Amino acid sequence: MQRRFVSIWFRQLLADWQLIRRPELSGVPFVFAAPDHGRMIITAVSSLAAESGVEVGMRAADAKAICPDLEVLDDKPERPKKLLKGLGEWCVRYSPIIAIDEFGMDGLLLDVSGCTHLWGGERGYLKEIVSRLKSKGYTVRLSIADTPGAAWAVSHYGKITPLIPTGGQVDALLDLVPDALRLEEPVLAKLRKLGFYQIKSFIGMPRSVLRRRFGEDFLLRLGQAIGTENEVLVPLRVPVLFSERLACLEPIKTRNGIEIAINKLLENLCARMQAEGKGLRTGILTCYRIDGKVVWVDIGTSGATHSISHLFKLFQLKIDQIRPALGIELFVLDAPKVDDVEVPQEEMWTSTPGLDDKSVIRLLDRVAGKVGLQVIHRYLPATKYWPERSVQKAISVTEKSDTRWRVNNPRPTELLKTPVPIEVMAIIPDHPPKFFIYKGVRHTVAKADGPERIEREWWLDQGEHRDYYQVEDEQGGRYWLFRSGHYGSDNKYKWFIHGFFA
Amino acid sequence: MDAKRELFQKLQQDILLWQGFKPVSAGKAERIGLGEIENSFPGSVFPKKAIHEFITVLPEHSAASDGFIAGLLAVLMENGAACVWASTSRRLFPASLSLFNVEPERIIFMDVQTEKDVLWITEEALKCEGLAAVVAEVNNLSLIESRRLQLAVESSGVTGFILRKDENKIASTVATARWRISPLPSHTEDGMPGLGFPRWQVELLKVRNGNPGNFVLEWAGEKFEEVKKVKKQIVWSELEGRQIG
Repeated sequence: MQRRFVSIWFRQLLADWQLIRRPELSGVPFVFAAPDHGRMIITAVSSLAAESGVEVGMRAADAKAICPDLEVLDDKPERPKKLLKGLGEWCVRYSPIIAIDEFGMDGLLLDVSGCTHLWGGERGYLKEIVSRLKSKGYTVRLSIADTPGAAWAVSHYGKITPLIPTGGQVDALLDLVPDALRLEEPVLAKLRKLGFYQIKSFIGMPRSVLRRRFGEDFLLRLGQAIGTENEVLVPLRVPVLFSERLACLEPIKTRNGIEIAINKLLENLCARMQAEGKGLRTGILTCYRIDGKVVWVDIGTSGATHSISHLFKLFQLKIDQIRPALGIELFVLDAPKVDDVEVPQEEMWTSTPGLDDKSVIRLLDRVAGKVGLQVIHRYLPATKYWPERSVQKAISVTEKSDTRWRVNNPRPTELLKTPVPIEVMAIIPDHPPKFFIYKGVRHTVAKADGPERIEREWWLDQGEHRDYYQVEDEQGGRYWLFRSGHYGSDNKYKWFIHGFFA
Repeated sequence: MDAKRELFQKLQQDILLWQGFKPVSAGKAERIGLGEIENSFPGSVFPKKAIHEFITVLPEHSAASDGFIAGLLAVLMENGAACVWASTSRRLFPASLSLFNVEPERIIFMDVQTEKDVLWITEEALKCEGLAAVVAEVNNLSLIESRRLQLAVESSGVTGFILRKDENKIASTVATARWRISPLPSHTEDGMPGLGFPRWQVELLKVRNGNPGNFVLEWAGEKFEEVKKVKKQIVWSELEGRQIG
């Protein structure tokens, strides 16, 4: 199919936006200014200010001299991008692929291949966009052509018609100034100096000559305008492959209604995914309300699945978060992340239970959906002796470890996250304490094992080694104590309790 | 008289059935390795489809309960199934479980912020047939909450262990058994220094349709061993590579 692009140029993006926001400014000339090297430089001009001779790039102080009742407003560097993003999202109704014009930062580029006939042809399509944007308060210039470059050139500098027929972009460009090619200022200055005031005066020149004088970038821009080079638009929103829409005749407000909608969407989506052997990993349900607001909820699964009942259960946990307000008119279910689904061979008898048991995976999905993935932990042995680092968190449910759990040294069933200092009485170096005081209770040690010396990993952190003792008090409580550092002349060594044995 | 006794027995059987205790046929009775203690339960079988409640107030008690539960998990998870451990303030050290023949990587820990989430996860996990057991650490368990858990257990057959931390609020629950495990001084052969096998006072405070009791139990490296008045000699060589003194 012949590709067609539309370029929308907002002639006074910031000024129009400001007038929509503050209608009281309609009779006042105003400009936007931003600080640059200690001066206030004008970045955008309203039409009234432009009439009195104020231009972009002037100093705000000079402009005030020209036009005394000028109002100077502060500009923020990211504002045009933000505005264009909002406008681009609104324009999704005209085409799914919409990009911000990164060169001028004052327009949008739309890939409208196969979209225009829905508005009765290209003329009707452009008219619709212009009038809709005008009714909002934006003055725009549009143009449609085979390449984004040509559309951009004609929308900004074209004088005759905005409708460039298929294959006619070269003819349309001939009479335009070189600025229409989206070139950098030094290149433009060079072109003007050499007397190239129109594109037709250099378009026929050999490429090697042009490359030598104006660089590779110049040829790329020229090629993008006439269609010999490909230009990739970066869409604001990447279209999702697996997506289902459900428009409702009556706005939906009840939980029951939302459940029916989710079920219907899932039926269609899962059938499509099943046919292609895919399974959902993340799903987003977007609800468009009749008051213009959009609410959405998302789910995630730990394994690709296209089971309707399971996905429905995951969404069911999230229905409480959907605020239908006056009602929802459109449901959109997207699956931005899908994976190949593994179809397990059906087993004759009961399957062997384990971590990858289907019901366990579903349980994990539900917990991750309701409470969050971060609460689920599984531990594998690590090749370290330092107790706090001797276990590591597993990344996935099925991850296996290369090392085995060590059982030769007893470890306490309950380990304190940080060792707690205790007071002890120990008589001889390297002997377990006679008694210790923990939380105000004095425990007399009856039996003890140890010491087990664990050196600190000096390449990870600094400090003393630990000498661990396994002690049992007279009541039978079993504890894991350690002395940090050597017995010595200085008082650096300290005793801690680090855990409780079964 | 005989007719009456028969009638009573029949009624008792029926009541047990209605309460979810299915009589186990002779050959199928599985042992969990608790020895004498299993006789306290109805039909002399450790109820797997049930909620077991453990009262743990002191950290020493909860460590002992963890050990005891780990010993039971070793049997319950023998078929390779996984286990869920839900808690708000977990102190269990996974590496210690391998001493009780449990593979720590088959335990899925869920460390959440609120008690409500623990109970929700516990209920959902108890409904999940692929699991062997669910352990939940809570402060308190109300009658209604315990009833919900019991209903979940009855349909799936997953064993539920609830570690209750708050003793002061003894609410009546529908748990099948209420335990208290407290540590006892370990025993070593005369003259041997160091610690012996972990030894516990196992109090079965409440058993539904069974007889409460009081036992002394030891984890003898591989399995539970009941300590009778006549003390058995413990052979140290059973503990390979274990450091003594």
